[in-house]
Amino acid sequence: MDVLLAIELTILVLAAFLGFEVISKVPAMLHTPLMSGANFIHGIVIVGAILVLGKADDTFTRVVGLLALALATANVVGGWFVTDRMLGMFKRRPEPPRKDDA
Amino acid sequence: MISSPSVVVLLYLVTIVCFVLALRFLSSPKHARKGNWVGGAGMLVAIGTTLALEGIGNWGLIAGGIAIGSVAGVVGARTVRMTAMPQMVAIFNGVGGGAAALIALSEWHEIVEPAAEETTSIVVSALIGSISFAGSVVAFAKLQELVSGRPIVFPGQNVVNMLVLLAAVALGVAAIAGAHEQWVLWAIVGLALLFGVLFVLPIGGADMPVVISLLNALTGLAASATGFVLDSTVLIVSGMLVGAAGTLLTLLMAKAMNRSVANVLFGAFGQVQAGTGAARGDDGRTVRATSPEDVAVQLTFARKVIVAPGYGMAVAQAQHDVRQLADLLEEKGVDVKYAIHPVAGRMPGHMNVLLAEANVPYTQLAEMDQINPEFPQADVVLVIGANDVTNPAARSDPASPIYGMPILDVDKAASIVVMKRSMNPGFAGIDNELYLDPKTTMLFGDAKDSVLKLIAAVKAV
Repeated sequence: MDVLLAIELTILVLAAFLGFEVISKVPAMLHTPLMSGANFIHGIVIVGAILVLGKADDTFTRVVGLLALALATANVVGGWFVTDRMLGMFKRRPEPPRKDDA
Repeated sequence: MISSPSVVVLLYLVTIVCFVLALRFLSSPKHARKGNWVGGAGMLVAIGTTLALEGIGNWGLIAGGIAIGSVAGVVGARTVRMTAMPQMVAIFNGVGGGAAALIALSEWHEIVEPAAEETTSIVVSALIGSISFAGSVVAFAKLQELVSGRPIVFPGQNVVNMLVLLAAVALGVAAIAGAHEQWVLWAIVGLALLFGVLFVLPIGGADMPVVISLLNALTGLAASATGFVLDSTVLIVSGMLVGAAGTLLTLLMAKAMNRSVANVLFGAFGQVQAGTGAARGDDGRTVRATSPEDVAVQLTFARKVIVAPGYGMAVAQAQHDVRQLADLLEEKGVDVKYAIHPVAGRMPGHMNVLLAEANVPYTQLAEMDQINPEFPQADVVLVIGANDVTNPAARSDPASPIYGMPILDVDKAASIVVMKRSMNPGFAGIDNELYLDPKTTMLFGDAKDSVLKLIAAVKAV
């Protein structure tokens, strides 16, 4: 095993602990936005898709890369908009309208 | 053009920090939306950095891919109804897994003499990505009711599933040991897709929150494995953050049903059970139907009303009308709260999102542990399209399939009104003791219709 792989594994394990730590503080009320926000974050495979397609030099890789990039972009864009739409709906009790407004 | 590798890694670190902050901001609904913007900024940094890397070409194709994906993503996210959110979450989850599997396939195609370590990452990424993709598509189809939401089972199912998975893993081991033919990875992908379909098919609608969470975790892990293929820290960390989120939710959901994850996945829970429930009606107790007018009187003269919503409210799209009814009652001085069971609906937090859409302030939504001690003080509980999460058999009947599952203690209230379409059993396929309780009355009909009638009747009181 080379050193790079060992370092990557170290990072992976630390990320797992960090993830558990951060996510255990999310209240049950926000579990759906959490899922959808997590969905958005795994859209990061878009980086991989760009690397594959950007360096593709034969038809097979171009086709597969294009498909991967379209899927990953849908993941990123859709995930972000759904999360934003959902979070925009969570409101506190509105201030009672002031009498002089009427 | 960024030529320094360390600058690239540092820019990706900015992305990682943004993602962690985005998740941290989710700890309160006040800041959560801001957090999503921070996450979005992080994603833009990552995309910009990658595009600026040396040796990136095929610009036309890149623009095309991004354009197609953006249109699909925006249109999907903007037009979907809030009630269809579980499907939407499932499908966006699936495309991520699909992308990871495709990246693995193209790397396998490119690599000439792969080392065992590299092959391992490719195999894992292809395997998990494909399972997540196929599983999410089936979950989508079930939630969209393109296929039956009830468990689809056949004899020897678990054995067949295990054999398919084992075959895929065996091929993976062969690939790592040096079988570097193209078909090997394609076969792994094919078997993994098949396994993804087979493992979600037997899972019933009520168990969907667990499955969606699990698929979420799988896609995260697939992204992380892709990070090992491409030696990309941002993929490794981001993927693992999602893996941790999905795993945590999976465990929470399973705990909220008092079942192990294995039982949810392999138990084919929710087939209609003949016999057990039918015998119970023999003790002379019967179900009492009521009218909207009677319920309206009950509600108007109550001091405290608790609403317990379930999937039926989502199906009927009654959330806006429920809020209107609650507003009306509050104007009359009634204290109204919502009791949210963790697995009510089809995904974690489903009811919260629906009610938030209907402008119910989140301060009025109470979690199970918080609201359960309040039921004895409630004059009326309105159960709207919830079934299994209110079934007292979970506390009292060791023979019941849901025995031990934490439930909303609605039966402790002074009176209970259950809105239900008919006497069909819930998704878990079992009868509900609650309906035979002398304190319970039933208001039959579509949840939306019934609530509209209630609103009219309350206004008339």
